Amino acid sequence: MPDISRRRALTAAAALAVTATAVGVAATAASAADHTHPMPMPETFDEVYKGRRIQGRPMGGGGHHHEHGGGFEVLIDGVQLHLMRNADGTWISIVSHYDPVATPRAAARAAVDELQGAPLLPFPAN
Amino acid sequence: MTVRKNQAALTTDEKKRFVDAVLALKRSGRYDDFVRTHNEFIMSDTDTGERTGHRSPSFLPWHRRFLLDFEQALQSVDSSVALPYWDWSSDRTVRASLWAPDFLGGTGRSTDGRVMDGPFAAAAGNWPMNVRVDGRTFLRRSLGTAVRELPTRAEVESVLSMSTYDMAPYNSASDGFRNNLEGWRGVNLHNRVHVWVGGQMATGVSPNDPVFWLHHAYVDKLWAEWQRRHPDAGYVPTGGTPDVVDLDETMKPWDDVRPADLLDHTKFYTFDS
Repeated sequence: MPDISRRRALTAAAALAVTATAVGVAATAASAADHTHPMPMPETFDEVYKGRRIQGRPMGGGGHHHEHGGGFEVLIDGVQLHLMRNADGTWISIVSHYDPVATPRAAARAAVDELQGAPLLPFPAN
Repeated sequence: MTVRKNQAALTTDEKKRFVDAVLALKRSGRYDDFVRTHNEFIMSDTDTGERTGHRSPSFLPWHRRFLLDFEQALQSVDSSVALPYWDWSSDRTVRASLWAPDFLGGTGRSTDGRVMDGPFAAAAGNWPMNVRVDGRTFLRRSLGTAVRELPTRAEVESVLSMSTYDMAPYNSASDGFRNNLEGWRGVNLHNRVHVWVGGQMATGVSPNDPVFWLHHAYVDKLWAEWQRRHPDAGYVPTGGTPDVVDLDETMKPWDDVRPADLLDHTKFYTFDS
């Protein structure tokens, strides 16, 4: 990626939630090497997906003890889904932990798919 | 001395003893402590913070010690039992004997993913999901649904050929053997197998499925194979790395064992081949 700056590559990758290999790998290397440019906050969302309300929003208050989503939280029918952001900007959740997706919304939808109607339990589990 | 065997080579009696010991740990409550510990680490290991059990160089020694604890618990029930391993690059279909009713049981039914046969099926009454992230209390699987193919031997070989154990930034963005084996980048070995099994195996409470131990016993064996192939390459980093377990630093939750103590598996067990 010789023609654009590293910062532009990062921003483009995050904003477009790019999964294409070339840009994704470049962004990974850049973001891992440089902690001074935090990844941008994901887009807020609020929708009904397969009959369940999924919400994603910047976290209010002082944040949660188990907060690893960079200040962003996702709820399914009002219950918080434990979410984590990977170094390359992809996301995983507690119900789909080994399969990164591009955005928090995609993680929320993957969780609804996985749950097949079951209620999410508040974490930490038990 | 404990010998860990390929699950495909176990006798009927060995399978029965393994299953009975696992069920005994479940009855006593000890099994669920393992599930809880794993979930706690998976929720707290982060790429930008402290990381010990996953997405870090200590992924391999951490799971080696975790499996040793579990194997010792099994042996406290039946001293003849050893952890078998599942070579998913060879036994790669739902028809493998691993998934037969006399061992782990098969895939889940299509409606709700519920495993319907084998000793861990909910209907048998011996395998309640106590440590869980959602309301469902039965073991689930969906073999080969979320991802179609298990890794091939050629893909395994491509990762074993990597001569560097791990690389900065020592997380899910790293190049090198550890992260390619763990699967956050590259052809994806370990993570993909969790996804292929589906059900609880795809979640933070993955040890709820007994196949967790057989999967990780094979990941552990691949580490041993990598060491044989690269005798001059060692665990890194070797000191002074924030948030990362260096070679001679102790690991949580034990706090009395270092990666350096776990590099040589032959102190604890050998493999059948």
